[in-house]
Amino acid sequence: MPRTWWLRDLFFLALFIAVLIGAWWAIEYAATIWPVMRYYNRILVIMGINITLAVSLNIINGHAGQFSLGHAGFMAVGAYSAAFLTVYYFGPYVEKMPEGSTQQVVWQNVLLVVAVLAGALTSAIAGYIVGLPSLRLRGDYLAIVTLGFGEIIRVMILNIDKIGAARGLTGIPPWNNFFWVFFFCGLTILISHRLVQSSVGRAFLAIREDQIAAESMGVDTTRYKVKAFIIGSCLAGAAGALFAHYSPAYLNPTMFTFIRSFEVVAMVVLGGLGSISGSIVAAIILTFLPEGLRAVKDYMPGGRDPRMVIYSIMLIVLMLTRPQGLFGRKELWEFLPRRKDKIPKEKRDEGGDQLDRDAGPPVT
Amino acid sequence: MANGALLEARDVTIRFGGLTAVSDFNLAIQPHELVGLIGPNGAGKTTIFNMLTGVYKPTEGEIRIGGVATREMKPYQITSLGVARTFQNIRLFKELTVLENVKIGGHIHYKYSGTSAVLHTNRFRAAEDRAETEAYALLELFGLDTRAHNLAKNLPYGDQRRLEIARALAARPKLLLLDEPAAGLNTGETLLLMDKIHEIRDRFDLAILLIEHNMELVMGICERIIVINFGKTIAEGTPEAVRADKSVIEAYLGEPAEAAGI
Repeated sequence: MPRTWWLRDLFFLALFIAVLIGAWWAIEYAATIWPVMRYYNRILVIMGINITLAVSLNIINGHAGQFSLGHAGFMAVGAYSAAFLTVYYFGPYVEKMPEGSTQQVVWQNVLLVVAVLAGALTSAIAGYIVGLPSLRLRGDYLAIVTLGFGEIIRVMILNIDKIGAARGLTGIPPWNNFFWVFFFCGLTILISHRLVQSSVGRAFLAIREDQIAAESMGVDTTRYKVKAFIIGSCLAGAAGALFAHYSPAYLNPTMFTFIRSFEVVAMVVLGGLGSISGSIVAAIILTFLPEGLRAVKDYMPGGRDPRMVIYSIMLIVLMLTRPQGLFGRKELWEFLPRRKDKIPKEKRDEGGDQLDRDAGPPVT
Repeated sequence: MANGALLEARDVTIRFGGLTAVSDFNLAIQPHELVGLIGPNGAGKTTIFNMLTGVYKPTEGEIRIGGVATREMKPYQITSLGVARTFQNIRLFKELTVLENVKIGGHIHYKYSGTSAVLHTNRFRAAEDRAETEAYALLELFGLDTRAHNLAKNLPYGDQRRLEIARALAARPKLLLLDEPAAGLNTGETLLLMDKIHEIRDRFDLAILLIEHNMELVMGICERIIVINFGKTIAEGTPEAVRADKSVIEAYLGEPAEAAGI
């Protein structure tokens, strides 16, 4: 029965990379003709980072149902730990190579990925340390505790001189680009999607639905809650590391206040708690909306800028009309008419079985 | 009697503050036995279930499942000793599908790492295929297979009760604890349920401990009945013996007028 299943995955991975590189080159090329593309490119990259953050928070808040408000803190851990590596070790190492050589470009990209993975790992460890004691609490209490932890992380960074303290961390090599942001963004979505369709994800959902029932079904609730927290903060750390290395490649603790956490929570809630596609769509909307609203300023008397007012009103209206979020708990494709393969194998038409992918060769 | 018992509770007592909810409760269940636990409202039946499944820790006494003392165990560890339960006030995973509910019921049998899940390894595929087949088999047994993709909250009440039993069976228990499985069912549904309980006991070779208020059901299918009142065992024996027991009649109907001195 086990066939070369990984070939299909590998094919899609190659296709995904090809599409990303294609899109990246198209944008770079367009920017040589219309310089304004640089601005759109930047917004797209921020959007990619926001999607990664929203999808990762959705694992904690949406799937496992543990309301966390400390996501900016984990993003900060990832950002600072990755930047620490590149500023003090990787950057100087690459600088010794001949400027603009292939060797340098390759090492830049390799070391960027290493830094991002290191940031993700550090953040996962932070998630474990924070999650283990605080996940005993539920609901509002957990929200307050995670909010507190997020702020503690920020204040700690504010007091470590080696990483710039209140001055901010400068001199981070701006190695990140469109490709890596969306590569990790795609990876995050894949991880989240495949987890939720596995026994691990089912355990998350069971905890969200009814913790006591989940426990009596043999789900080690503490373990799975911590697991969800670690995965979520790990991916947030990767997003932070990517953010740190994108030009202007400057970090300051004020970027990671609880307001940043709330922005991500707003994306997840707006999209619908527990819906991956909802988080993605909401992250896209909430990244572009404030930018799109910049134009409104031109029509206002006295050049006042009402965009945050409009932004807030739109959020309020949306929450009033669809309190369950854009997609509720469903995914985007569940709104489409249901396909036949939802019917169990046994109940399907006899004719279909001969085409079964998993059917082995005829026995001779 | 103690030898080879699937479940053994010895002198189990639990107090909540000053209230003794259950005192000196003794119970031994042999494999394949069908035991009823009855008593008036507030007698402590569900509290006993909660102690057996590890939700509450007894103040005194000892519970052994398959010879293993469960005092320091969490509910999920007790599940892997082969105990599964249903709840009096249906506790399904409401926003998940019927199929997902049953798959979560078998959680302990389909475990693999998160990495396996993300990479879709053979281990993942094998476990998920098994989960799917076994879940459908259970749903078919309870006539729920056509509703596999409905959300649990959208099922009619009787089906929700059946789904709870199917979900508990997915854990492949040796001992099944049913907390008022017939509550809210009409007579016809109750009769079907009685047959079903017999059927699953024989098919899966289970011991079943049953809490029920419906006397017809309890007297009809249980081989042994334990009656408790105010946390104390007041009678134990065959349905006929229990039915004739004076203290049982008193517990349910009150004392005869002359005995009460009225």
